[in-house]
Amino acid sequence: MGIKVNHPGLLTTIQDLGRPGYFHLGIPISGAMDRMAARAANLLVGNEESEAVLESVFLGPQLEFEADATVAVTGATLPPRVDGEERECWTAFRVKAGQTLSFGYLQEGARAYLAVSGGIRTPQYLGSRSTYVIGAQGGIEGRPLAAGDMLPAASGANPPAEGRHLPEELRRVPGTHTELRVLPGLYWRLLTEGAGRSFFEDTWKVAPEADRMGYRFRGGRPLAFEPREQPFGAGSDPSNIVDGCYPYGSIQVPGGTEPIVLHRDAVSGGGYFTLGAVISADMDLIGQLQPNAEVRFVSVTMEEALAARKERRAQLARIRESLA
Amino acid sequence: MNTRYTFGGDEHIFVEMDDEMSLDAFFKGLSLTNLIREAEIEGVTEICPANASMQVRFDPDVIHPEEMLARMKSLEAQTESAEKRLRTRIIEMPVYYQDPWTHETLMRFRERHQDPEGTDLEYAARINGFGSVEAFIEAHHSAPWFVSMVGFVSGLPFKYQLVERSRQLQVPKYLRPRTDTPKLTVGYGGCFSCTYSVRGAGGYQMFGITPMPIYDPLEEVSYLRDFMVFFKPGDIVKYRPIDRAEYDATRALVEKNEFEPRIREVGFDLEAFKAGPDAYNAQLLEALYGN
Repeated sequence: MGIKVNHPGLLTTIQDLGRPGYFHLGIPISGAMDRMAARAANLLVGNEESEAVLESVFLGPQLEFEADATVAVTGATLPPRVDGEERECWTAFRVKAGQTLSFGYLQEGARAYLAVSGGIRTPQYLGSRSTYVIGAQGGIEGRPLAAGDMLPAASGANPPAEGRHLPEELRRVPGTHTELRVLPGLYWRLLTEGAGRSFFEDTWKVAPEADRMGYRFRGGRPLAFEPREQPFGAGSDPSNIVDGCYPYGSIQVPGGTEPIVLHRDAVSGGGYFTLGAVISADMDLIGQLQPNAEVRFVSVTMEEALAARKERRAQLARIRESLA
Repeated sequence: MNTRYTFGGDEHIFVEMDDEMSLDAFFKGLSLTNLIREAEIEGVTEICPANASMQVRFDPDVIHPEEMLARMKSLEAQTESAEKRLRTRIIEMPVYYQDPWTHETLMRFRERHQDPEGTDLEYAARINGFGSVEAFIEAHHSAPWFVSMVGFVSGLPFKYQLVERSRQLQVPKYLRPRTDTPKLTVGYGGCFSCTYSVRGAGGYQMFGITPMPIYDPLEEVSYLRDFMVFFKPGDIVKYRPIDRAEYDATRALVEKNEFEPRIREVGFDLEAFKAGPDAYNAQLLEALYGN
């Protein structure tokens, strides 16, 4: 069976849990920016968590189904409609052959995930269906969905009952003010003590240049650097380093002005200093931040980062249990 | 060499072999990369060498960050005895300097540049003490380059020029990165030349463009059929300046999939190179152009 794309929305890509193992060539992991939401969507329709789903930014697509399917929408609150009739988010529902799935206006969050029973079955590329647009890999011809595309979908073996839903306390969509926990490190030593303080004191806002590669923030005080002689090969600006590797979640601040947090389509390295990285437990939250959303960065230790990671794992276990 | 370890969040360890660039730091990073790869440590998902640093990504649910750190430090001790020699290849890359496409782009992002009044090449020539852009371009292409890192985006090579430190060219990156760079731009940042494998964001100064594809996700380009990424660390590159007519002619060959880059097998020995860079480079170029 297939699903016809009548309208792709603003930016809809096919994503699964990613393409690890090629970062040393500059090919990033990609995959859903809010992995917990993508996993939940798959579980709701009876799929493996790693099946490919659709990730839509701000606006949903309009899709015409060729065969019956069970679907679920998670992540951002982007209310789904079947032939114009509204359905619940975080809840499995049926779409019959010939019916059209569309979406209302975004209420909160930034990225909605649509899972279809059986999964979206575009060809795998280096072991994943995730779309990496910059490198033209995965998805359909390595690009976002376009009107007229036909999405191959497997028919789900045992689609669950309509109405199965995830309890509200297990859903996560950020509010208007978000705290992102950061482990200071990497080139933190280049900052003055005052800059190290103001980075965590100030409120930052999501800038318009925020996408799958990275989220840019503005509004905080500029960061000052300890005076030093620039090492050979770095370049003369105090925010320049000899080009090195960038971790996922690492925070670079070119010129000391606008922090950029690298995400799933991260560049693998570069020549701007990094002051630390957002901890793994908080990465999903970033993908749900809208432009102008207010954020504070909160300094944590490795111990706290690992405790938060454990808490996230426990949350995933509760989701699995709830939908088993 | 002042080697420094740091965590990058809870899933990465970043090791700076040295804070400044040198081929000694590159070889140490390559050696540590190979040792970690061979150790097949459970939980490690990515091992990325860079110019003078390297990074490991791991699953902290499988191996505790402190234990991972200890494993890496113990492997580092073995890098001392590693050979600084490679079997590799030298590749000729044609470059159309001062092309219209990078010029249009650099004019579009002038407010993010150190010198909004000039071009990237005029700025680079001036701060490196050259009397003219032409003299700077001559220095840029006359000595070969060593690929010391692949990354940033898919298959992008960072290249370090094979000359003494006193002759190295250096420029800062853009004050704020651009959101656009033409595909196959030949860029410059710090002491590194790069070739942008795809169109997209970038912070390097832009000097020209090559007609030669270096990344092909479809693996259709004749010399990229085995693997989509052309460059690997250790490759040696010689730039050859070309004009618009040759650029267009080469692009036409590329379109017909009839372009074949000039490539020769060579060895590289760091100590022999350091003993006499000019004589060593002459040998490399003899290998590329001889016979």
